[in-house]
Amino acid sequence: MSTAVDASHHSDAGHGHEAHPSYLQHHFDNPQQQEGAAKLGMWLFLATELLMFSGLFLAYFYMRSQYPDMVHEYHEHLDKWLGALNTVFLITSSFTMAMAVRAAQVGKSRQSALMLLLTIAFAIGFMVVKYFEYRAKIEHGLLPGDAFAEHLPGGVQTGWYGGPQLFFGIYFVMTGLHGLHVLIGIGLLAWIFVKTQRGAYSGNYYTPVENVGLYWHLVDLIWIFLFPLLYLVK
Amino acid sequence: MATTTVEGAGHAHDHSEELDFYRASRGIKSWLLTLDHKRIGLMYLAGVLLAFFAAGVIAIIFRAELLTPQIDLLAPAVEGGETVGRELFNKLFTLHGAMMVFVFIIPAIPAALGNFLLPLMLGAKDVAFPRLNLLSFYVWLTGTAILVLAVLVGQLDTGWTFYTPYSTSTHGAAPVILAVTGAFVLGFSSILTGLNFVVTVHKMRAPGMTWNRMPLMIWALYSTAVIQILATPVLAITLLLLIFENAFNVGIFNPAMGGDPVLFQHFFWFYSHPAVYIMILPGFGVISEIIAIHSKKHIFGYKAIALSSVSIAIISFLVWGHHMFVSGQSEFAAALFSFLTFAVAVPTAIKVFSWVATLYGGAITFNTPMLYGLMFIFTFTIGGLTGLYLGTLSTDVHYHDSYFVVAHFHYVMMGGTVIAFIGGLHHWFPKMFGKMYNEAHGRIGALLVFLGFNITFFSQFILGEMGMPRRYAEYDPHFQGLHVASSIGSFILAAGLLWTAIYLVRGIMSGKKATANPWGGASLEWATASPPIAHNFHDTPHVDADPYNFPEIDHSIKTGHH
Repeated sequence: MSTAVDASHHSDAGHGHEAHPSYLQHHFDNPQQQEGAAKLGMWLFLATELLMFSGLFLAYFYMRSQYPDMVHEYHEHLDKWLGALNTVFLITSSFTMAMAVRAAQVGKSRQSALMLLLTIAFAIGFMVVKYFEYRAKIEHGLLPGDAFAEHLPGGVQTGWYGGPQLFFGIYFVMTGLHGLHVLIGIGLLAWIFVKTQRGAYSGNYYTPVENVGLYWHLVDLIWIFLFPLLYLVK
Repeated sequence: MATTTVEGAGHAHDHSEELDFYRASRGIKSWLLTLDHKRIGLMYLAGVLLAFFAAGVIAIIFRAELLTPQIDLLAPAVEGGETVGRELFNKLFTLHGAMMVFVFIIPAIPAALGNFLLPLMLGAKDVAFPRLNLLSFYVWLTGTAILVLAVLVGQLDTGWTFYTPYSTSTHGAAPVILAVTGAFVLGFSSILTGLNFVVTVHKMRAPGMTWNRMPLMIWALYSTAVIQILATPVLAITLLLLIFENAFNVGIFNPAMGGDPVLFQHFFWFYSHPAVYIMILPGFGVISEIIAIHSKKHIFGYKAIALSSVSIAIISFLVWGHHMFVSGQSEFAAALFSFLTFAVAVPTAIKVFSWVATLYGGAITFNTPMLYGLMFIFTFTIGGLTGLYLGTLSTDVHYHDSYFVVAHFHYVMMGGTVIAFIGGLHHWFPKMFGKMYNEAHGRIGALLVFLGFNITFFSQFILGEMGMPRRYAEYDPHFQGLHVASSIGSFILAAGLLWTAIYLVRGIMSGKKATANPWGGASLEWATASPPIAHNFHDTPHVDADPYNFPEIDHSIKTGHH
């Protein structure tokens, strides 16, 4: 019978070990284990997000394969210049986010905070553009399902078999769910900003900044697919 | 014992007065806001058992109605009462299915037993994300509340599968939207649990515990967690689309507007088929543990069983169309799904053969956990084999939507997962509660459950063969004999389960004190006190062998390659 007890690991709390920095949670043995766990957890979560959105992309492709002409006609109602502006906002915000993570990594918390603020600014810009886009759709009656009532010169056109109410249903669910994720992202960024201001992060510990960065990059990535599929593809 | 941890004797720190996790902190807040995976597991246990009880009572009610061919028990004695009765029947089986699937069986073994055992078996102090664990419990609670409210108040009657176009056109949109929201929220609880488990297994194994030294329960929980992470988000988006369809009449599933109701079925079953493997894989893990320990024999085919869990997880994503053979999907697709359905039976059968080979030549103790383990092999095999009948295109045309399907899934879900769950409850009872249940009572309960279960559901195979359709409140009188048999069986089953609940509760309250390792197990959960201390182990265990090297094994017998 062999026994080997790792006597240097004490699972009781409350003793002054240098190996126990304040950010190390008690169920982890060391900071590396905690960081590895946090990052793996984040990547798994991103996988779930990707799978969730992929269902919507599937619905989009289904609609496109069944009603190509309708999609072709009605996607012209989406303003590709506003969409392009939003794309620029998000890509730039991903850049400023990466800068924020880098700054945290080298211990420059003031620069990190500034980059986070810029990221939030671009995100808000995205939502503002979205507001204008949605308002225009509502004004023109380009709404999902039963609410569809397109204002044409001859009168109001309501939805019909395989018609545009389906396109705008998919449009609003996809961009709406994505927009919700942008809003959540703004909340996360604000939280990380506050903690950065309070000096919670350093070169030794910036995993939350990195993880929020990963989330933000995914939000950006989803838009990179959304934009061409909805706005551009003929 | 091949793996050990020193428990306090002659150690530098005196741990002898360290309290078990029940006494480590007191008060209701210490439970409601706990970060201890053991307490969270017990709260889940209480919750899922309540759900099981409620959904079971509902089943007893409609089984009582089905004693007679016409609608009588459920129909109020007024004008038009029969229609009310029929509609009530639809609502009852919807509630039964939705509660059993979403609230009970998907979380049951992973969240109740798994939360308790996973860190212990790995030699860890807790899961990777304890706060996320607590959150998953409250998300489960919220989803359950919404779902129950929806079915009770909203009077949902679509069946738990929410098929369109009925679910987008029935009694207004509110019941479906509400119920689907409940299921949506419950899905997130499942995802959070799965995420936690995967990270814990990757990052928090004790020193020396390689992947091939993990208990098979962990392999099972891990494979389940992978499915939870990958499949549940697709359910989320399906339910979201259904909500949208109901709220705005978008038309994606509505044929009158150019949509496709079969598209809903594809979306729905893409999650719900892997979901049934979420239900059964942890059960397989429990059985591996029970069979090996209670026959004092090293598990046969460790690597085969471990990898079979992973391959089941993978193949499970490729067979969803076998729920839709008669929906109008292409013959080519149907043939492909049928072939893959047969393929997924292969790793499953490998497990059954391995368990039987483990029993062979073992020193079997016929105690309650082992009885449930043997029961599982019997009932799950029947359930699994009848899945092949359903997976065969020609026979499925006859069996689809008949009682044959109902019998099949009850044999695998109840005869499988629930039996494994109860067996696991008994097997880990001493560890969780520090007490022993009454063994004689356990055997009586096992007998009642076994008899009741088989009478209830075997008669349903025959009913299905004879053509009795599922979800019908009324039936042709020549089916009555078998319906009466099935209902009587269900009453016996209910009695057995109630009996089991009673002696288990009495065991918790006043059972004999349990030792740390009453069964002689070699996995790490048995190397700590019963019940464990708050942070599980006094010192981090170091592992140098696999968890099935029981000292009583007679190594002179060739047991095959592990």
